[in-house]
Parts: sequence; structure tokens; C-alpha cells
Amino acid sequence: MASEIKMPALSPTMESGTLAKWLVAEGDQVRSGDIIAEIETDKTTMEVETIEDGIIGKLLVPAGAENVAVNTTIAILIDDAADAIPDVASADPAAPAEQPAVSVPAPQALAGAATVVTGASTSLTVRESLRDAMAEEMRRDDRVFVMGEEVAEYQGAYKVTQGLLDEFGAKRVIDTPITEQGFAGLGVGAAFGELRPVIEFMTFNFAMQAIDQIINSAAKTLYMSGGQMGCPIVFRGPNGAASRVGAQHSQCYASWYAHCPGLKVVSPYSAADAKGLLKSAIRDPNPVIFLENEVMYGQSFDVPDDDDWLVPIGKANIVRSGTDVTITAFSIMVGRALQAADLLGEQGISAEVIDLRTIRPLDCDTIVGSVKKTSRLITCEEGFPFAGIGAEIAMQVMEQAFDWLDAPVARATGKDVPMPYAENLEKLALPQVEDIVATAQAVCDGFRG
Amino acid sequence: MVAKTETKRKKGPGRPPKSVAGKINDTPPTDDLLAIYKDMLLIRRFEEKAGQLYGMGQIGGFCHLYIGQEAVVVGLQSASKPGDTVVTSYRDHGHMLACGMAADGVMAELTGRAGGYSRGKGGSMHMFSREKKFFGGHGIVGAQVPIGVGLAFSHKYKDEPNVCLTYLGDGAVNQGQVYESFNMAALWRLPCLFIIENNQYGMGTAVTRAAAGRALADRGLAYGIPGKQVDGMDVLAVRSAALEALAHCRDGHGPYILEMKTYRYRGHSMSDPAKYRTREEVDAMRKQHDPIDQMREVLKNQNITDEQLKSIDSDVKVIVTKATEFAQTSPEPDVAELFTDILLPVDDGSQLAKV
Repeated sequence: MASEIKMPALSPTMESGTLAKWLVAEGDQVRSGDIIAEIETDKTTMEVETIEDGIIGKLLVPAGAENVAVNTTIAILIDDAADAIPDVASADPAAPAEQPAVSVPAPQALAGAATVVTGASTSLTVRESLRDAMAEEMRRDDRVFVMGEEVAEYQGAYKVTQGLLDEFGAKRVIDTPITEQGFAGLGVGAAFGELRPVIEFMTFNFAMQAIDQIINSAAKTLYMSGGQMGCPIVFRGPNGAASRVGAQHSQCYASWYAHCPGLKVVSPYSAADAKGLLKSAIRDPNPVIFLENEVMYGQSFDVPDDDDWLVPIGKANIVRSGTDVTITAFSIMVGRALQAADLLGEQGISAEVIDLRTIRPLDCDTIVGSVKKTSRLITCEEGFPFAGIGAEIAMQVMEQAFDWLDAPVARATGKDVPMPYAENLEKLALPQVEDIVATAQAVCDGFRG
Repeated sequence: MVAKTETKRKKGPGRPPKSVAGKINDTPPTDDLLAIYKDMLLIRRFEEKAGQLYGMGQIGGFCHLYIGQEAVVVGLQSASKPGDTVVTSYRDHGHMLACGMAADGVMAELTGRAGGYSRGKGGSMHMFSREKKFFGGHGIVGAQVPIGVGLAFSHKYKDEPNVCLTYLGDGAVNQGQVYESFNMAALWRLPCLFIIENNQYGMGTAVTRAAAGRALADRGLAYGIPGKQVDGMDVLAVRSAALEALAHCRDGHGPYILEMKTYRYRGHSMSDPAKYRTREEVDAMRKQHDPIDQMREVLKNQNITDEQLKSIDSDVKVIVTKATEFAQTSPEPDVAELFTDILLPVDDGSQLAKV
């Protein structure tokens, strides 16, 4: 009997990969556990094993094929050389069996929608742009070092620090034990000692172990010392929901850190902003929380070819102009807000989309200026609604632009529940494009005219 | 309760070679002995005055006095070198004075005045001096320990011949981040001297009711960190152990733990009536082991006259009186200070802090 060998998913967010190399040929006898192929993702190269004994009847995808979707049948395994090989067409190689739980706009749709890049530029992934930002700042300032779990020899759990160890050596690219509170506190001490630490949390979920050091030691000491003890440190890593990793690994911490005076909180969307803001964060004399997003790491955008490309902390960016409703978003939600704006446009609603880029200090001037034009505001975030960023923006706008509002501020947020694992529930728990559209429609329809 | 003699652990990994320990001169010159005596006395008189001002309502909040433990920080700091850094917890007044910070500025911080080291914004538990390499004054039990390892990391990164003296109490040794710190310091051979000030009580809980296992000096054994228990009421024993331990750290052998067996005469903080121990226990410690009394005897044996000792007493009194007056007359911080020192301005012209 023949069986199909499928393109495997090698991580929670993998949608496709490159079939780099076949290690077997048609007609080869294989046993379960034998390595039959190498697959490349944007993060790494992995080996694929067969889980059954048999003979390789047919290789359906040639070596070197790119963008092979997860669950595509890549080979047929038969029991006996005499067995018939099923019709290749029936393998249906193009269609993945399951849609990814997280909806991300295609890269082509993103380019040009974020920070407008003029002059010479290169298309880079968010992952590459973050790496380049660190590398450039490490070349510029030998006080800058990178520390965290798997940042050096493993090249980064999400490959954000790829290549840094080779260029800068083990003194400046440092693998830590799994000891978040310890290395966060060590980083604070090193910053007091006039170094410039970049502390990577494998994800911000694990920074909960270290939050005392971040808040009590990094954020407050400047004030408690009467201005003597600056703490120039960057805490960075992926934040928010990834895909199907459950409640303890899927949370947005923007409002947690933004709550506390003494920290700056940055959460970029595009690769150009990720690079320019991370460089600004590393140069900043204050502690900066730099919230990335795992799902965004592989997305590509134009990034200026400039070693001094800096994006100022504290300045939002109007990524789409409109006249009827203002939509604020940050990180991955900017892409969904832009998609929602397209759909709203088809209905005759002109939405203005603001990429906050920095959560604190919040660029209220840009938000208020937009609200004075559109008279309506909705906010988007992956995080919980209660005491979230949207709640703060609503209050700021009420304080500063109450008379310009034609409708109450509304928000599209994550649901007020721990993140569920099941695919359908997870999708419901996260704010989707249609949720943003519906929220904007409600704000516009009920109060139009 | 207090070890009468130094008990040395068996030879273990990372112990300094004997030749290093053997070279250390254990008997400081008379001038140094006098300076040590004066430093201890200053801390004693300063803390007594702070307690009095607290009772008068001039110092607020939490106030943790160091009375009884003076030999620890004075012995340690007398063995340190310029450029060495210091970090400790909230029982920190003595450490600041031993680091050479001015009594005026420390006392004025206690009274919450503009002339304080943190301009009145830190208080008893949160004071700092970059100039004197004193990095706090931290209010969360154990949180200063990874910070100390980070300062040691910065010494090594910058190839400085310095050590970070990281002080913690017997209460802190059961915090998880202390062991995270031990592990990293040992793994990367960082020049960090951990000084456990075992004053027998973590607030109201006797160390025997809180800490399992062997001596606190042995808490680094699993990481290969050598440790030593020292009579922390004997300043010369402290100094001698500190010289050996600092040499170990400075010579690239990694961290070292000194457990100082000491005692605080007062409660955990000013609001602690200390019902968890007997009056007799405290009195016995004061009479038989007081670090200042012991040092006075040493000085008398060195033919220091009563007149010389009285002269030191009177110098110390002048310093404390002057500090008190300063702390009482320095103005409260300007109300504009409420909103300063939250973030540093971005000085790089290419980047704007807020647009």
C-alpha cells in the first residue's frame, strides 16, 4: 500500500518552506527514522525523517523548490517495488490542508503601506532588519552587547541574532542560562556600569520572571537616585500571540510596561521602523522595552540603505490618510488595520490608519490631530481590553479632543480571556480584520450625518 | 551564636592558591586601625542619631539601622581598592558612610530634603553615588544581587582590575535570583564578592527557621564558589578575610562568598519591637562581642591613649551633629522635582525624544 509524505510544519508559525535537498532517490529502500530530505525555513534548516519503512516510489517536489506549502505531498512511499504509484495529480500539492490561524497580509500588500521609504533601499525581513540594527550599533559603539537565551551559538531562537556571534565574538554576544530574572538584573547592573546591554527575552512571556528587575530596578532608579543612575538598556523580544501556543505563550504586554513611568515602550510594524527604532532604542539613555512580533519576523519591507537610519522614539506614523474615522494600531495589528481600511473604502468609509510605533511616550499630538479631522476613533490591539492601550488612548482623546468627537471611541481588542489553544477559539480570541471593519462601521453608521 | 574563631571550609574548587593568601598582610598599620575605628564609630553614632530623628518624626517610612554590624562593611571596605563597586540592600546607611559618602547628604536624604544624595526622592533605602561607586540602596530583598553581578560583568568587559562587593542579608539567601546570580557569576568567572551579612534574623524569622542545610557560606558550593564563614563582629578578621577573597576575585578566579556572622542590636526596622528574641540575647552580644569595644581594646594594646580615642569620639560627634543640622535645615525639594529625573533627555542630535 502506498502512503504520502507531506511537507511538515517545523514551527507554530511556518506556512511554507524550501525543499532544499533530497537525501534519497526514487527506488531507495528506507526505514522509519531515516533522514530523507532537508527543508529550509526563514529561520533554519531542518532534516525530515520518514516515519514508515518502505521504498521511495516517487519524489513529487524537486530539490530546490521554494514556497512549498505545509502539508503538500512531497513524496510517495510504497511497500513493494511492484506497487502502483498513485496518480500524482491526486496529491494536490498546492493547497495546504489547514489555513494558518493567524491572518497576515501577503508581503506584497505590506510594501509601501508603512513608513514611506525614499532613496536607495533594500527589501528586508523584519528579522533581518532587527539583526542589522544590532550589528550596526555594535560596530558603532563597543559598549553595546547582546545577551539572552540561545542568542549566540544557536543564532537566536527566532534567528534574530543570526551571524552576530561570528562578527562580534563571545564577549559581546552571550548565551545565558535559562534565568530571566538573573540576566535581566545582570543587564541592569551592566547598564549602571556604563555598558549598553541589549537583553533578548526569547519571548516577553518569559520576562514576567524578570518584571521586578525591569520595573523596580531599571525604570525607577533614575528617579530614586535624583538623576544619577541612568539605565541605558534595551529589553527586546517577541510579544503577543504567535500561533497555537496557548495562554502562557500568547500575551501582549504593551499596557503592562506602558503603565510605568521611567520606561519607553516601542512596538514597530514594518522592517524599516523595526530597524530605525531599535537603533534609536540602543542609543537611548533610558530603559526601552522593545516589543517585536514573531509572526512579523518573516515579513519583508523596503528598508533604507543607510547605516544611520533612525526612527525617533515617540512619534507615530500616519500610514494611510482618510477623512471619516481614525484607526490606531501597533505591531501586527497595523497590517490588519490597513486591510480593514481597504474593505471600509469599498463601503465608502475613508479610514485614516495611525501606526503608533511607540506606545510610551505616546504620540497624542498625531492621534488628536487625526481625530480633529475625522471626528471618530477606533483603537486596535491584540492585548486584553481592560486597562489596555485603547483605554488610555480613549481617555487621552476625551481629555484633549472631546468636542471634536462625533461618536464614542470604540476598540477592537483581544477578548478578555486567556488565549485558547483550539484553532477556532484562538481565531475568535484575537481581533481579526472583520472585527476592525465591524467596529469602524458601528462608529460611523450610528452617528453619520 | 557568633563564631568565635574563623572556621575554614575544606579546600574546594576555585580556592585561591595558598601563596596568594599567604602574602596578605593581616596587621594593618596603626593609622589604618585608627581609621577603621573611626569609621565604625561614625556609623554607630550616625545610626543612633537617625533612630532619634525617626522617633521625633523627622525621618519617615522604613528606616533600617546598622547598629551592631559596623565591623562588616568597615572591614570589607578597608580592604577594597579604588574603582571597586558596591551594591547592597536597604540596610545601607553604614555602607554609604564606609564608601566615603558624606554624612550630610545621607542624613539629609533620610529627612527627605533637597540636600540628600537623591535630592529627597529616594529615602533611606534608595541612595546612590556614582562618584563613590556606590550603586544602591535597593529596596527589594535580593534584587541587588544580580545587579552586583552585572557591575562585576562590566568590570570584566572593560578589563578593569576591580571587583563588585555585593552585600546581601541572611534573609536574601533564600531568594531564587541569588542562585541565578551565583550561577552566572561562577559560569563566567566574574569578579564578584558576595558578602552575606548573617545577622541571625530575616526580619522576625531566625535564620535557623528559614534556611535549610549547612552554613550560608556553603550556599555557592554547587556552583564551585568558595565560601568562608567569618566572625563579623571582629573587624580585623573581616578585613583579613576580605583581602583574601578580593584577591581571589581580582586575580580572575571568579566569585567568592563570605558569610559574616554578625548581629543587629535594633529591630529589623524602626517599627519592629523585636519580640522574637530575648533582651538577654541582645545584651550578651553587646557586652561580649561589640565590634567597637573590641577594636578599642586592640587600639589600647597598640598604645593608643585615651586622649587619642576621645579625640576621635569628638571628631565623630562633630560630623554627626553637623550632618543633623544640615538634614534639618536643608529645604524640602522644590515641587518641580516631582516631575524631574523620570527619563534622561536624548542627547544624540539625530534622535528626538518626543516629537
